[in-house]
Amino acid sequence: MATPAVLTHPESLKRPAGPSEYAKHPVNTALSKKEKAALYTKMARIRHFEQRCIRIYQQGKIGGFLHLYVGQEAVAAGTISLLGKHDHLITGYRDHGHGLMVGMSMNECMAELTGKVTGCSQGKGGSMHYFAPDKNYWGGHGIVGGQAPLGTGLAYAVKYMGLKGSCLAYMGDGAVNQGAVHEAYNLAALWDLPIIFVVENNGYSMGTSQERSTAHPGCLAKRAEGYGMAWDVINGHDVYEVRAKTAEALKRAHEESKPTVLEIFTYRYYGHSMADPDKTYRDKEEIKEYRDQKDPVLLFEKELLAEKVLTAEQVQAINEAAMAEADEAAAFADASPDPTVADITKHIYWEEDNRGPKTTSRGTIIFE
Amino acid sequence: MPVISYREALRAAMREELKRDEKVVIMGEEVAQFNGAYKVTEGLLKEFGPKRIVDTPISEAGFIGLGIGASMLGIRPVMELMFWSFSYVAFDQIVNNAGNIRYMSGGLINCPIVIRGPANGGTNVGATHSHTPEAILASHPGIKVVCPATPYDAKGLLKAAIRDNDPVYVMENTILYNDKGEVPDEDYIVPLGVADVKRVGTDLTIVAHGRAVITSLKAAEILEQEHGVSVEVVDLRSIRPLDEETILASVRKTHRALLVEENKPFCGVDAQVAYLIQSKAFDELDAPIHRVSSIDAPQIYCKRLEDQQLPDVNRVVREALKVLA
Amino acid sequence: MAEIIDMPKLSDTMSVGTLVKWNVKEGQAVAFGDILGEVETDKATMELSCTVPGTILKIYAPAGSQLPVGAPICAIGKKGEAAPAPGQPAPAPKAAAPAIPESTGIPCLPPAPAASAAPATQSDGSRAKVSPYAKRMAEKAAINAGALAGSGPGGRVVARDVAAAASAPAVTAPTGPLNVAVAPPADGKGIQPDADVPVGGMRQTIARRLLESKITVPHFYLEVEVDAAPLMAMRESLNKRLAEAGGAEAVKLSVNDFILKASAEALRRVPAVNASWAGTSIRQHSAVHLSFGVALEDGLVTPVIRDAHAKTLKDIAVEAKSLIGKARSKKLSPAEMSGSTFTVTNLGMFGVTGFFGIINVPNAAILSVGATIKKPVVDAHDRLVVGHRMVIGLSGDHRVVDGANGAQFLQALKQLLEEPALMLI
Repeated sequence: MATPAVLTHPESLKRPAGPSEYAKHPVNTALSKKEKAALYTKMARIRHFEQRCIRIYQQGKIGGFLHLYVGQEAVAAGTISLLGKHDHLITGYRDHGHGLMVGMSMNECMAELTGKVTGCSQGKGGSMHYFAPDKNYWGGHGIVGGQAPLGTGLAYAVKYMGLKGSCLAYMGDGAVNQGAVHEAYNLAALWDLPIIFVVENNGYSMGTSQERSTAHPGCLAKRAEGYGMAWDVINGHDVYEVRAKTAEALKRAHEESKPTVLEIFTYRYYGHSMADPDKTYRDKEEIKEYRDQKDPVLLFEKELLAEKVLTAEQVQAINEAAMAEADEAAAFADASPDPTVADITKHIYWEEDNRGPKTTSRGTIIFE
Repeated sequence: MPVISYREALRAAMREELKRDEKVVIMGEEVAQFNGAYKVTEGLLKEFGPKRIVDTPISEAGFIGLGIGASMLGIRPVMELMFWSFSYVAFDQIVNNAGNIRYMSGGLINCPIVIRGPANGGTNVGATHSHTPEAILASHPGIKVVCPATPYDAKGLLKAAIRDNDPVYVMENTILYNDKGEVPDEDYIVPLGVADVKRVGTDLTIVAHGRAVITSLKAAEILEQEHGVSVEVVDLRSIRPLDEETILASVRKTHRALLVEENKPFCGVDAQVAYLIQSKAFDELDAPIHRVSSIDAPQIYCKRLEDQQLPDVNRVVREALKVLA
Repeated sequence: MAEIIDMPKLSDTMSVGTLVKWNVKEGQAVAFGDILGEVETDKATMELSCTVPGTILKIYAPAGSQLPVGAPICAIGKKGEAAPAPGQPAPAPKAAAPAIPESTGIPCLPPAPAASAAPATQSDGSRAKVSPYAKRMAEKAAINAGALAGSGPGGRVVARDVAAAASAPAVTAPTGPLNVAVAPPADGKGIQPDADVPVGGMRQTIARRLLESKITVPHFYLEVEVDAAPLMAMRESLNKRLAEAGGAEAVKLSVNDFILKASAEALRRVPAVNASWAGTSIRQHSAVHLSFGVALEDGLVTPVIRDAHAKTLKDIAVEAKSLIGKARSKKLSPAEMSGSTFTVTNLGMFGVTGFFGIINVPNAAILSVGATIKKPVVDAHDRLVVGHRMVIGLSGDHRVVDGANGAQFLQALKQLLEEPALMLI
């Protein structure tokens, strides 16, 4: 038998959800009303975008896998809202929320899902492979944990270039058992890289609960100790708490060039992907409990209503606008053309797409 | 022109590129303090310091992935694998990440990384350290693979690889590290995807890459001296991009082709070359294409047998005579 | 592991061989070097030596089979082991061992060492094997590649076969069997049975080479009558001396030996005839390699006396005798039958007074020697006397040799034969 788990949950999660204990944290008090309303708007947009996707998926317009972020909005919203010019991010395949947070449009995101040439990756990436390098967003990676070493590389590059920046490398709780993640941890700690590994712990690695997948399950973040890294646990239902604790890690990265592992406790309302019947490993009651009591969007809404940042009417208007935007994105995706057959062989090699006297490649690179 | 070793040629390429572009970083196991497991990077730490020449832990998935991530932001890492055999623990990084990211991002992200190191059998180190993954890797669009056979090509190809904006995997050969040849001091590159006719002939085309080129050149000499046969030897140099025209031009001249490689035969590079010839020069063929590859088994340890498992001069001569029948 | 033994390639031009006979049976143990049987190539019958010790598991090709080089003929393995299936099916054997036809006269042109026989279109109608390049070359040259004899592995028609055919003027040769049927004898008895006699390698080569030479080489003919009396006198005298000497010296010189020696000397004097047409140039040969026809029961062969220009009459006589012996026992090696620069044929012993042979390509000329006959001649003093006269014909390749060169050569030859002592200098 494994050693009984010592649960290392954030203190706030041990109590019933209520007003955020981190509302008064300087990073939050520093936000203007407008900025708070914008943050809420972004969370609502993620929520409505994802829910709109369900219908399009069921219409058969989105192929393959579709991993929804509904329930986890505060993680992306809280962390990304802190990032500056030289802060980069990279994540796994549950990547829509991060994309919308960095400022990708619903249109390009929706069109990517339906495989249209107007998509962010011109219909070549799909749900799992969103990219917006101009917004410091490096994807969107399909293989569990495979992005962790890339994230250390981004952090390495920032440091190499002498910039005061960082990289946030997101992953799910399933990824912490991947070797690549541990290799990334080791390098990050060994070379003092400005990186924050964000473990979005939604409780299930696909359909396998932590108890069934992870030795010593109560403390994913604590594994950082094995590498001498700082770590923290965060209540991911409270966007203020996410911001407050992430800010400390960011400071560590910016000021000391040191890595951190953050384990953010969160929950997803839908299956691992749309292909997941979501019936075998958890019961409806559990989902209902989270929806009713810990929903990050609702909690933040209450917070802002209480702070009088927003009125009920404004909240309704924001949500209606987000729904309308999602509808428009769906229409945009519908109306957009597919990539052409000729597009299949574009974007494979920079050298092929930019053939010229100064490129170093000749010969046949793409074969019939 | 200075005569230097293949190893020194590789080092010269790195030194010149380190000087030319401060984004170039050398990284790998034992490349700095230890001066390189095969001494390819010897002296670079002293010359360029620890920021540019970086020792990594034994952690291929980690440091190769790190290099790929850094290259996405514009660094030009030149990663050493002590053996290409070790790439297998970093396969997700090498193929899924480096090979796909430009495509999946619709051309938004480039990955100008170089991964280099020896990929060869014949050194009596057993199956796990003797892989030749050029065919496996070149089968992935998005990736480029080169296999220099001579010091001149080693320097020119590595420099081209470092300047290239796509992932380029340079497969060297420990047996060739001490081979010497003329290498210019000045700056030059060998463009990727340009094959080289290493010997001109009229009766038979031998297509080879890596050390098989050297074996084939020796066989060609014997075929000339003892059998009166004039053999043309085409050194692919690049596996992908592939110089189809040079191969086809030679076959159009000789009408007979023998393909030699140190890979295992199944799905090897020469399977692709054979397909190419029959598809684009079918009417030029006066005999079936033959291949000489390593004997199809994991690399054997026993040195005497390993030498026979790899294509040797006798086997190439024998097979050439069959093509010429 | 059983090994399949293929029809071996026993000469430079062999593409097809006939398994004349087997010396071994299935189940018989064989050792390395054992003679398994005999194979008739386009040039000679040669021994098939065992290269794999073991037991004969299976004979795929019965005696009489004609097979392309590389076709399986038998399998050798461990006793009791199952015979492997041959990689390629052995072509159906010919109905019967080739009957050796009665000699019906002697062709004037011996087979030259050259490309082999056996059309690529298989006798059973299966697809001809033609390399892609050869096929394209043939299309360009408007040649039916399927009808050519393939010299590649397994009888494949390759580029060199098409190149050879393309260098010849277009010939509309019938590809199928000719209609040669005639009415049976009225008395029902006839001189021989009506039969289709299978054609062996040598016969096919003779047929092909003669046709090729006659069609592609512009022959012209010159004739000269020689006073053979001095030659006869010298021959009698020399033979008498040699017989007296006895032992190793006991060589009997034939008229043909004198003609060979005289030809070599005449070529020295008129070397333009010792040459070959090479397509875009004329190749002059420095050495005289003299080939001469030897009639056999089923055809003829042309052994070669190398460097005849440097050999004495006696050397030539001894070597010719040895070569004739080998030819008759079909033991000539390919090397002993190839590389000639000039050919001499002689039908004098049959009483033929004069004729013109077909040029043995790539020679530029062939000398045809008739019988020495007694006839009335007018001598230097205008007297009618009994003369010993021999008629010699020269067929020349007009691309290489003109009438004047040919005439000079015959003039030189005539002088040498009429004053044979000149041969000694």
